[in-house]
Order: sequence, then structure tokens, then C-alpha cells
Amino acid sequence: MLKNLLYSTQSFLRNLQDLALFSAQMVAAVFRPPIYWRDVYEQTYFAGVGSLPVVLISSFFAGQAMALQFARQLAENGTVTLLGTLMTIAVVRSLGPDLTGLVVAARLASGYTAEIGSMKSTDQVDALTAFGTDPLSKLAAPRLIGLVITLPLLTFVANATQLIGGAIMAKYVAHVSLSLYWSQVRTSMVYGTVLIGTLKPLTFAFIITFVSCWKGFRSSGGTRGVGRATTESVVIASVLLLIFDFVLTRVIFAILGW
Amino acid sequence: MSLTPGETPGGNAIVFDRVTYAIGGRTILEDVSFGVAAGCTKVVMGPSGIGKSTILRLILGLIRPQRGSVIVLGKDVARISDEERNDLRQRIGMVFQNGALFDSLTVGENVGYSLIDHGHLGLDEVEKRARYYLELVGLDADRLLDTLPDELSVGMQRRVAIARALASNQPAIMLYDEPTTGLDPASVETITDIIVRLRQEMKVTGIVVTHEIPHALKMGNRFLFLYDRRVAFEGSSEDLAESTVPELAEFLLPFKISVANAFHSFTAEGNEP
Repeated sequence: MLKNLLYSTQSFLRNLQDLALFSAQMVAAVFRPPIYWRDVYEQTYFAGVGSLPVVLISSFFAGQAMALQFARQLAENGTVTLLGTLMTIAVVRSLGPDLTGLVVAARLASGYTAEIGSMKSTDQVDALTAFGTDPLSKLAAPRLIGLVITLPLLTFVANATQLIGGAIMAKYVAHVSLSLYWSQVRTSMVYGTVLIGTLKPLTFAFIITFVSCWKGFRSSGGTRGVGRATTESVVIASVLLLIFDFVLTRVIFAILGW
Repeated sequence: MSLTPGETPGGNAIVFDRVTYAIGGRTILEDVSFGVAAGCTKVVMGPSGIGKSTILRLILGLIRPQRGSVIVLGKDVARISDEERNDLRQRIGMVFQNGALFDSLTVGENVGYSLIDHGHLGLDEVEKRARYYLELVGLDADRLLDTLPDELSVGMQRRVAIARALASNQPAIMLYDEPTTGLDPASVETITDIIVRLRQEMKVTGIVVTHEIPHALKMGNRFLFLYDRRVAFEGSSEDLAESTVPELAEFLLPFKISVANAFHSFTAEGNEP
């Protein structure tokens, strides 16, 4: 049992090292010419416009569900008028980036891994190399650039949608006036809240692309291997997102002295 | 064979100098040395898993040997910079076993890929060249230019792959990994003829990895047989006919062709050894 544990630990550390090295190579590829602008455009469109419907739907209902939970609890304490403040803190600092990150991770991490993995298993990645094209520059860098641009924008849209969902619950369920709700939203958008809400999606964009591209390039074993890599990619990206959610919050709170 | 760094002895376009390659604790090639003269097509034969495709990957620099040197057009592939390696690759055309066409691009975009990515030609000129190379491999460019690879038969995909490899700056070297495996007899004949034409008319240096022994004799003018991680035979078709290497004879036996018969069949068709 000890032997298995040792082997598992060694394997985990080797994978972590490989992921770190691969991520560094991906970042280097972004700054190394040529930059495939057509691929950057396509990936940005696919990530942004393609993810918008699922982000809007999930955010709208998540915002309403959150507002219902808060309203119920606040009403018991007679502080339901604080709903706007609580929603802003919860949505902008946490629910917005987290939900958007997880939804996008499920959609894009699987897509990126499957596409790159399939290309690898059919020798298309080697064909790119054989033609003198760097596969990282062609396949990975455009995805990284695309998601770094779009995930913060999608998170902004998700935040707004959740707050709108919350506003609907505020007016029709909690009977809180909309002017009070939105004024609290405005006053709660302090520097620290906005900072957390911006750094998280940027970090998540890196995590999703690093993990999904790494899994794609390292996949082996034909279609079964690609399928396994796709599943692992979504799971690893999602778990890392939640871990870094905590780490970032903790670090930024410490920096801001909260 | 021992070389001075940078030397390309005897006009060889490709030289393997005491190359050893291992992966996952298993040695694939051990102390392998051979050369491929410029303008010659060398056929690499051997049992499955013996390292034939590994030779092609070493030439392209997709993998590196643990020992020895792979020298292509005068450059040691493993020891040059990434930029030099990419420049070298643009002088090599590779036809992968399953074609490896880019499935998100049309046939025209596949054939013109290298011209678009590395060349400075306008789209009209790229299309013109794509049409030329598709016609060269016997395909109807008008019909196929805008189709996707998965709409084509396997034989047609292989021919598009050859056209794509040729279109990349008219390569000095062509590498073929099992170009006719799994194809119908008519497609095998067509692709064999293309490879022969490239050798005879365009004087392209080639390496063909193949199991198709009868057609191998037509495709190449020099032959290499790998066995037990090493070169068991290297020579012309005449040498092949006169070889007494037992492993080679055993390898050729399932094809119901003895070494001598293979040579006689080949020369009876008017081919020169």
C-alpha cells in the first residue's frame, strides 16, 4: 500500500511538473512570432459568442436562486433591505466568476482537449511540425489569447445577469424596492470587490487553457485515450478553478487587509 | 561509418550514423548506419514494430536519438536550433500513414497549407498551385478543391497528402509512411506510379516505409531491411536477389515471393536494378 502511495505521489508530481513546463511553453508561444491572427479570431469568437447563451441562462437562474436563499435568511433577521449588498458581494466576488468559469470549463476544456487530442491521434499535430509550424503557436496560443480576452467579458455579462435575476426576486418575492436594490449594488462595487472579480476570470482563463491543451497534447491510446483525456481535463480544470478561487480570495483579502 | 560534423559523404541527402533510439526502456534502433543518395528512393522493410516509421520521425526531428547522428541535407537534425530545424522541415515532404490531412480545412487549403503558412503568395497563386499538384497526383481539382477530407476515400486522401507534401516548396526529400497500406489495388498502382514518377522525373530523394513488397520493388531503387533493431540488409534490387540473409528470406516468404523471384519479376517488367 505504501509502495502504491509512493508511486501515486511520484506520478502526481511528475504530471504537475509537466503541466508547469507546458504552461510556460504556451505563454512563450503567445509572444513568439508568427501569431496566427485568423485562429485567434476564430477561437475568440468560439469561446465568447459560443459560450454566451449557456452563460446567460445559467447566470439568470443562479442569480434568482441565490437571491431567494438570501432573501429568506435576511427576512428572518429583519434585514432583507440588505439584499442588494449581499448579492453584489456574493456575485461579483464569487458566484459570477466561479459559475462562469465552471460553465466555460465544461464547454471549452472538453472541446479543446477533444480537438487537440483527435489531431494528435491522427498525426495532424506531427504533420504541423513536419510542415515547420509550431503546434503550440498554431493550436494552443490562439486558444489562450481568445479565452483571456473573453472570460472576463463573459464574467461581466454573467455578473450583470445574476444581479438582474436577483433584482427580479428582490421586487417580486422579497418586496425590496428596485431603487434601493440597485443603489446598494452601486455602493458595494468597491475597489477590492471589483479587483477580486477581475483577477479571478483572468486566472481561470489561464487554468482552463493550460489544463485542456496539456491534456490534448499528452493524450494517447486512440479514441478511448482522447475520451479519457477529455473527461480528466474538465475535472482537473474545475477542481483547480475552485482551489484557486479560495487561494486568490485569501491572498487578495490579505493584501487589502480585510 | 564515422563522420566529421557537417559532412555529407558521397553526395548523400540523408545519413544515419550509428543511431540508437530507445523509448520507455525499449531499444527500437541500435547502432543503425546507412545513407540515402540524392535522387535515390530507398525502401525500408521489416516486420511490424521494428522501427521503420521511427526512421522517418528521426529524419523530421520529431524525436531524437539517444546516440549517433541523423544528418539531413548536411545538417545534424538533433543538434541544430529550432528555427534551423523548421527551415529544414520545409525542404522535406512527409506523407503520413493515414494521410494526416487537417480535417477542419478543405482539400485546397490542405494542399496549399505550407504555401499559406510560410510562403508570401497571394490566395490566387496558392489556388493555382494547389490545382497543379492535385492534377499531378491524378485528382480532379475542380471537383475536390472545396471538399473536406472526410468526404474523400482513403485512396484519394493519400493522394491529397502526397500533393500537400509536394506543394510545400517543392521538397528535396519525400518521406512516405506506408503510402499504400489498406488501399484497393487500383489505388496502390496509382500511388506507386506517382512515387516512381517523382523519383524518375523530378529526381526527388525518397524513403518509403512499406509492407507492400511487390510494389516496393517498383517504388525504390535501393532497399533496407531492419531486423532485431539493426540493419540486416542494405543494397540494390540485384543485391536483394542475391542476398542470403535468412531473416530477409523468412520475411519475404509470406508474400510467396522468394528473393530471386522478386528480382526476376522486377527485371522482367523492364525495370533496371
